[in-house]
Amino acid sequence: MDHVTTAEHTDHAEHGQAHHDEGFLRTYVFSVDHKVIGIQYAVTGLLFLLFGFTLMMVMRWQLAYPFQPIPIIGEWLGNDRAPGGIMLPEFYNQLGAMHGTIMVFMGVVPLAVGGFGNFILPLQIGAPDMAFPKLNMLSYWSFFVGGVVMFASFFVPGGAANSGWTSYAPLSVIATTGQTLWLVGMIFLITSSLLGSVNFIVTTIQLRAPGLGFMRLPFFVWAQLVTAFLLLLAFPPLEAAGVLQLMDRVAGTSFFLPTGLVVSNVPLDVSGGGSPLLWQHLFWFLAHPEVYVLILPAMGIVSEIIANNTRKPIWGYRVMIGSLIFLGFMSFVVWAHHMFMTGMGTTMSSFFQTTTMIISIPSVVILSALVLSLYGGSIRFTVPMLFALAFLPMFAIGGLTGLPLGLSAPDIHLHDTYYVIGHFHYVVAPGTLLALFGGIYYWFPKATGRKMNDVLGRIHFWGSFVAMNVVFMPMMIQGLSGMNRRMADGGLEYAMNEDVLVWNTVISMGAWTLGLFQLPFIFNFFWSIKKGEKVGDNPWDATTLEWSAPSPPPHGNFATPPSVYRGPYEYSVPGAKTDFSMQADASGPQAEPAKV
Amino acid sequence: MEIPYIVDERPDTGLNNVKLGIWLFLASEVMLFGGLFSAYILLRINAVDWPLGADILSVPIGAFNTVVLISSSVTMVLCYAALKLDDLAGYKKYLGITIGLSLLFLAVKAFEYYEHIHLGEVPATSTFLAIYFTLTGLHGLHILGGVVVNGYFLGPGSAMWTTNKEQFINRIEAAGLYWHFVDLVWIFLFPVLYLL
Repeated sequence: MDHVTTAEHTDHAEHGQAHHDEGFLRTYVFSVDHKVIGIQYAVTGLLFLLFGFTLMMVMRWQLAYPFQPIPIIGEWLGNDRAPGGIMLPEFYNQLGAMHGTIMVFMGVVPLAVGGFGNFILPLQIGAPDMAFPKLNMLSYWSFFVGGVVMFASFFVPGGAANSGWTSYAPLSVIATTGQTLWLVGMIFLITSSLLGSVNFIVTTIQLRAPGLGFMRLPFFVWAQLVTAFLLLLAFPPLEAAGVLQLMDRVAGTSFFLPTGLVVSNVPLDVSGGGSPLLWQHLFWFLAHPEVYVLILPAMGIVSEIIANNTRKPIWGYRVMIGSLIFLGFMSFVVWAHHMFMTGMGTTMSSFFQTTTMIISIPSVVILSALVLSLYGGSIRFTVPMLFALAFLPMFAIGGLTGLPLGLSAPDIHLHDTYYVIGHFHYVVAPGTLLALFGGIYYWFPKATGRKMNDVLGRIHFWGSFVAMNVVFMPMMIQGLSGMNRRMADGGLEYAMNEDVLVWNTVISMGAWTLGLFQLPFIFNFFWSIKKGEKVGDNPWDATTLEWSAPSPPPHGNFATPPSVYRGPYEYSVPGAKTDFSMQADASGPQAEPAKV
Repeated sequence: MEIPYIVDERPDTGLNNVKLGIWLFLASEVMLFGGLFSAYILLRINAVDWPLGADILSVPIGAFNTVVLISSSVTMVLCYAALKLDDLAGYKKYLGITIGLSLLFLAVKAFEYYEHIHLGEVPATSTFLAIYFTLTGLHGLHILGGVVVNGYFLGPGSAMWTTNKEQFINRIEAAGLYWHFVDLVWIFLFPVLYLL
């Protein structure tokens, strides 16, 4: 940051944003302001979520009505994807691989970490911006380029990556050009998350307002901090794996190609000696912590909303933080529970099933603390609160259905079936996504100064909540009966699936209904920016620091740098004038400043 | 708007932002090379036979490059020390030598690559050569990145010496930490690839 301009910024801080004349590009496109970058991340993430979901809605047609022409969009897809509107299995594989990749790496993580983290975290710790604003901008644009590369891969010969979002070798090594673009795109996304995570950790540790000790941080900030550590340390091994796979594909090496591999009855002309299992180890070393990257920010958002709407402190704040840190640590030693079926041996399986059972404990502690927080509260059923409340049972279903998968014996039956799909979608879709929607409704007034419409919000909530369960619950039934995932015909060719095929239609109907119920949200989002009900700086009567800043906060966030006098969730404090005691409020009972 | 602790240390953490940031970055780099070294170990354990590095690679050349890189780390420290002693000319001299040594390292590495490719020893030949080219190539990219950053601090970046001395010294310290890390990676790479 240039020192001459920062001095000017300080002079103008009391005048708010009016004195900023940086031009359109610097203000809205190549901005270094964490709030603009947060909104850029969130909007890009939401668009990718919509795109990834659209891919799925097309796939669901093929599953419900195998090899029948896709209505409306079928004829646009072209002869190499869907001749006559009938989807080719190759195209189905592309959709499957890219749905997973887009939803995880370009949808949920950018929205939950890049979007919410960037916008909320500096505000909640009373900082003027992130510690490295230019790196922050670079992080977004690196993500953007990665997204463009991924999107472009649909239009190269052979189409996009088609070896699943896990890109298992050797299939991915011999796949079409799209896989090379997938690897290049991933390297950009990894760079983006590396820059972002360094920034988040430094910001949290260094830029906390005076008096804001670690045990006064909102749980959301803690969740983002642990998430940033996971991103920082778990992504590089995937980058290493990506480089190795790129070498296999481009330079003809055999890191992941075993000796004697035969493709289409022709022995592959490579030096061999590689290990397909190596890819899985490196991939899951990232991808298991990645699961917690998906869920922890959601837990953070839900904690904020629950404390605010029960009007009482979070139950077990310290225990939750301890669990969070333990969870982050343990998430690095459970990865091979995705690989019980690879024949890696019973000793390894026993170790990883034990660590997997251990890691379920802190998750259950956090969830129980959130449920207990509801007890005795006078709950306000606002729109964000509906989403937060729905998160609790949905995440519980997602988590508990994971236990049989984490034990190596039942996993023999359940591995690679629709049960797995049902399980992790319960965690990520009705779990994380509902929490993220709740977060958007909750912090929308901070970003725009206006509230989103309540009626449309409730329609969006109930529609999505019911439809998501219609989609994912039947998958458990299909999976338990043994139906495999990744079948372009929806399992039609296997007689054992006969009894559960009917659910394919039900699930697809549910998925399209879910799509319909996102329309009120999209409309509400844009309509409320201009026409939503105007509200003050603290419409929810909340306590944390972001609500002490103006809505929307100007460049530099706070008119005067705030100091913190109390913990994050001091609701209904006896003797206080209001039922919420703000962290930056020096008056009232129990106020005690802490030194920097 | 001024971001706090760019230059000064925050009292309760005892760190400025840059120093914490560079250490976190290095932590992620450890995981990157850690992943690659793990891959090396796994591939080697699984291999039916694995050549001795010295039979394929030239140990004297590798040892020479090791000396070059360690010397560049020493001059990097000397350039930081010169700044601390308020000696800009000394800083420029030693940083210049550091960059010169890094370029020498890259030139020697390029010569080695050329020799191998000339003999038809390319990454596709064997898993040993594949991991050799990947590890040293990625390390070379890190050296190249260091050359670019150090070149910037030698040229246009050094203007900060007159506007903000403390911040400039912090930047050189961070660049030095990165440089020592890259050096350290080579100190692992050399025995693993050339000697074992």
